[in-house]
Amino acid sequence: MSGMGYAVILLPSTSHAMHAEATLKQAGIACKMIPVPRHISSDCGVCIRIAREDREAARAALAAAGIAWEGMHDC
Amino acid sequence: MRHTALAQTWFLSLRQGRQDPDMIYFDNAATTWPKPPQVIETMVQCMEQGGGNPGRAGHRLALEAGRIVYAARRAVAELVNAPDPMRVVLTANVTEALNLALHGLLRPGDHVITSSMEHNSVMRPLRALEAEGVELTVIACSPDGALDPGEVEAAIRARTAMIVLTHASNVAGTLLPIAEVGQIARRHGVLFLVDAAQTAGACPLDVQSAAIDLLAFTGHKSLYGPMGTGGLVIGPRVNADRLRPLKQGGTGSRSELEHQPAFLPDMCESGTPNVVGLAGLVAGVDWVRRRGVEAIRAHEMALTRRLLDGLAAIRGVRVYGPQNPQQQVAVVSLRIDGMAPDEIGLRLDEEHGILCRVGLHCAPAAHRTMGTFPTGTVRFGLGALNTADEVDASLAAVDCLARKGQ
Repeated sequence: MSGMGYAVILLPSTSHAMHAEATLKQAGIACKMIPVPRHISSDCGVCIRIAREDREAARAALAAAGIAWEGMHDC
Repeated sequence: MRHTALAQTWFLSLRQGRQDPDMIYFDNAATTWPKPPQVIETMVQCMEQGGGNPGRAGHRLALEAGRIVYAARRAVAELVNAPDPMRVVLTANVTEALNLALHGLLRPGDHVITSSMEHNSVMRPLRALEAEGVELTVIACSPDGALDPGEVEAAIRARTAMIVLTHASNVAGTLLPIAEVGQIARRHGVLFLVDAAQTAGACPLDVQSAAIDLLAFTGHKSLYGPMGTGGLVIGPRVNADRLRPLKQGGTGSRSELEHQPAFLPDMCESGTPNVVGLAGLVAGVDWVRRRGVEAIRAHEMALTRRLLDGLAAIRGVRVYGPQNPQQQVAVVSLRIDGMAPDEIGLRLDEEHGILCRVGLHCAPAAHRTMGTFPTGTVRFGLGALNTADEVDASLAAVDCLARKGQ
């Protein structure tokens, strides 16, 4: 990933995060599953970290697969 | 270390069974055996290298476990052409999946239609719901297990909420007309639940073209995975807000809330899942897909034809079901004149090394339909790994017993 910083995608559950990870990888978008940063959510699950520059591509890939995400935050 | 010794004794006897070249396993309708080596290797690898609890942490072992669970959803969704892997709820077995669909969606005052060929995994939850005020119509099938779709349509009422059918009888092997009934259900706005215990992996299944709203499957039969795996594929017409989970508890999601999450699949999957089993299921589905469901179906039909033709030539043997491989799965029920099914089963095992299942097969309604209640039948359940030689050996054994019975 580039030095432009990251964005995280929050999903309803780990099951959805797994679905989103597989979908993003299939779309060629580099991603990494990380614990949800405390300052973003109290949820104890995981979220997906992508490069900030991939935000639009990620939105498109998730929307095409019908995956509803809960939030996308720069971090 | 008494327990260790006991476990070793079990494994030793299992290994001896495996190595017995004369043993023929014809109880695949109960569970397929042996399992493909890659299923076993994947499960061992999962225990050795995995070990995390999916959804319960963000470390790499937890994530790997989560990916296995996801892979199981996806493998099954792709196999049956279900559009959304997030609507594949994983359960311990097909019975739990059927209970989830029935207890989860039906309410007092609802009307349900089913067939007289159902397994008790459908019939018992329906009888329990009937006692709570759900109305039930059981459509009588013909003695060979065939169902007339017109009778299903004629039984639909204003309050009919669901039609429940087995895809294939576990006793007679009869395939029920699910595609026709699916269209009927769709036309009348009724949910359609299919019990695919005997068919997932053994027959081509497409939930979209067959208009199936709920498909209950098991992992340990024709998907060649281990016991303790199964699930419910939930179609887009099913409103998840109306689905009541069978259990509540930890899901790893929405941990800040003391109430159960309201989204699929988490709402129906409380508690640590059977990750090792699901790893085996993924390998099993992969094995089935590589071999090809069509090729497996063709192989099992050829074996069934060979068995039926051979049995027809033996005096004193009565075969039940359609006796036509096109109209049934590789399950054949029979009786031998002058010999009780339990005695036949014992002698097939002890004198001929042939393992099958006798009795009522947890399906008293089906046996009543066939006219074989309460004695039951001897059931041969063939699988993808059986051979023509094994069928021939079984025919010789049945012939031998039939001569003694006369």
